[in-house]
Amino acid sequence: MTRMDLQGFLSEKRHLVLERWLNLIFETYPPETARFLKREKDRFANPVAYEFHEGIKGIYEALLYGMEPDRVSYFLDRVISIRAIQDFLPSGALTFIFLLKTAIRKELEKEIREKGVPEELLEIESRIDGLALLCFDVYMRRREKLYELRVDEVKRRVSGLLRMAGLVVDLDQKNNKEVKANEF
Amino acid sequence: MAAIPKPEELANISFRPPGRKWMDTKPEFKEGTHCHAAAPKWLEWLDYPFPRSWSTYDEDWKLPKNWKEIFLVGFNDRLNKYRSLRLFMDICVRCGACADKCQFFLGTGDPKNMPVLRAELMRSLYRRYHTTAGKILGRLAGARELTEDVVKELYYYLYQCSECRRCSAFCPYGIDMADITILGRELLSSIGLGIEWAMASVGSCFKIGSHIGSPPHAFKDMLEFFADECEVVTGIRPRVPVNEKGHEILFIMPSGDYFADPGTFNCMGYLLLFEYLDLDYTISTFAAEGGNFGYFISHEMGKRLNAKFYAEAKRLGVKWILGGECGHMWRVINQYMDTWNGPADFLEEPVSPITGTKFENAKSTKMVHICEFTADLIKHGKLNLDPSRNAHIVLTFHDSCNPARAMGLLEEPRYIIKNVLPPGHFYEMPENTIREKNFCCGSGSGFNADEYLPIRLRGGFPRASAVRYVHEKYGVNHVGMICAIDRAVFPPLMDYWVPGVDITGIHELVGNALVFPGERERVVDLRKRPLKGKEKEAEKFLEEVM
Ligand code: SF4
Ligand code: SF4
Repeated sequence: MTRMDLQGFLSEKRHLVLERWLNLIFETYPPETARFLKREKDRFANPVAYEFHEGIKGIYEALLYGMEPDRVSYFLDRVISIRAIQDFLPSGALTFIFLLKTAIRKELEKEIREKGVPEELLEIESRIDGLALLCFDVYMRRREKLYELRVDEVKRRVSGLLRMAGLVVDLDQKNNKEVKANEF
Repeated sequence: MAAIPKPEELANISFRPPGRKWMDTKPEFKEGTHCHAAAPKWLEWLDYPFPRSWSTYDEDWKLPKNWKEIFLVGFNDRLNKYRSLRLFMDICVRCGACADKCQFFLGTGDPKNMPVLRAELMRSLYRRYHTTAGKILGRLAGARELTEDVVKELYYYLYQCSECRRCSAFCPYGIDMADITILGRELLSSIGLGIEWAMASVGSCFKIGSHIGSPPHAFKDMLEFFADECEVVTGIRPRVPVNEKGHEILFIMPSGDYFADPGTFNCMGYLLLFEYLDLDYTISTFAAEGGNFGYFISHEMGKRLNAKFYAEAKRLGVKWILGGECGHMWRVINQYMDTWNGPADFLEEPVSPITGTKFENAKSTKMVHICEFTADLIKHGKLNLDPSRNAHIVLTFHDSCNPARAMGLLEEPRYIIKNVLPPGHFYEMPENTIREKNFCCGSGSGFNADEYLPIRLRGGFPRASAVRYVHEKYGVNHVGMICAIDRAVFPPLMDYWVPGVDITGIHELVGNALVFPGERERVVDLRKRPLKGKEKEAEKFLEEVM
């Protein structure tokens, strides 16, 4: 199998790999939840599945054809923004990216059995490892955001009074530092 | 040590968690998954039972010795008192229609947040102690003993239900999970289990006057400050009648409207509207809280807080009450006030002094929603409105659970919106996420605690996802809403999920659009943001006034 072959193969099998990957991600949830995530197709009735699907489509494209880091991060974030605040440890939240390896290997099962692990697969897998590193950054950004929101919220809660006292003028301005978190 | 899986084994790994029976899965009290325990001080203020210091993280929750008896007797009493509760315990056919309708299930992925399973937490006790099959067959019949672990589970999941009633809109039998939650929480509070955020709010409201515990003079100062701000922007300084006797109307708003942005701008909108109408009204610093967190703890506590409305109306000698943009305040008024504290015979059936419209729907409670009041004014052509002053706003409307589902207030806010915004500036979110099918903000019923933010972001995700859709598709930059909890919790929700979308009350938009005779030319909105096409003038103006 040549390099182009594997890339072509994965591109051709895009739908199958994505479906398998998505289902593997769903199965990181309890069975009843996984069943629902798979079943409901309306994006508003099942927003988590929709976000995951949109996210992994982009990630898969990045894997096969390359993509600007910012753009990849956007797709990673569509999955990670959700898992970063769900009941997962960081490892559990980021498992999803490694499940792509599983999905691809499953798709290649026959070839692997017959001809062994193709060299190109190792290349693809190390690209997935690269994506995993990006995942850490995205995850950290989301966790930081969470803490930032908690601080902002405390400020906002008393913002009327602070405004009256001339302390804080505009909460919309991100760089507004007149009042520091530790003052509360 | 367990072996690290080899790459070739990866294809065979199952990440699927074991499908344990739900009764055997205990909740883990980790940071961010539950609300913290109420401090004894609040319980003492309220004469609530078993004040003590305890922590959800401890194994021992220091329950009273006879907790089990108190709980079971209380459960029995409520089953006898509320036929609906017994019915809800009996008639669920497990059709599953509600299962995936709860935003907490959708956002957390935790099956026990499926409404049918949430109800099962209570139903399993009902079976054990109130049905023959359950008494004999126990677990086989879906029954279970009441233990401390079960109590902890109830605390965990009844405080992951925002009492929004979305699920009941889909249940063919109309089983109201919110009612089950409310009664379950009552039982928890009867054995000394409450959450800090709700108890502190209730304690403060009961003793000082509002959930945020601001004393009367602070409330008055805030109102005066808003009047000053109105004057800066519009050139008109509205009157601020406080605790004045002998007026026609008592106006009550949630404290979020005079304390926290962006509700404060909504309050400016109220003041301007009343000034415009020369309304004969007063505000009370004793009925200084429209919201009623008491109702999140028990019916009895809800009743105690609600009584202040009528007491103040009587003391001030008004004819009827006008209520601001609040959420659960309206559920309380529409569904409970009259039975709790009514009939308010000393008040008159509300009639708009401007249009003569009789608010027959408020015949009994004597309390009118400000959106009904304002929509009626617009319908009768009583307001001179300039929608172009809201041209910097592209809006979608979030139906707050209580006005939408508990009182059917769906059209009035939309009618106002369409009259205060330029054409093409209002976009609805998808049909299955609005009106009586709206998604909850994920923070109702006492969840605004900051330790609870992760759960609130999960529960609020389905709502945010629909906002993101209209944001991306139509350039929506504001979500309008008529609930103070919403206005408090949406900013972080949007900041996390849909940055670039701001929050507004509906009467803030009214205040922007309202044209006063003799007003100064407006170049900024009530938040002092430049109006569209007036950017240069606004810059100059802001330099002068800031
Ligand atoms: S949060 Fe709303 S939808 Fe969920 S169980 Fe409670 S009442 Fe039902
Ligand atoms: S929709 Fe009603 S009857 Fe059906 S499972 Fe839910 S609560 Fe039970």
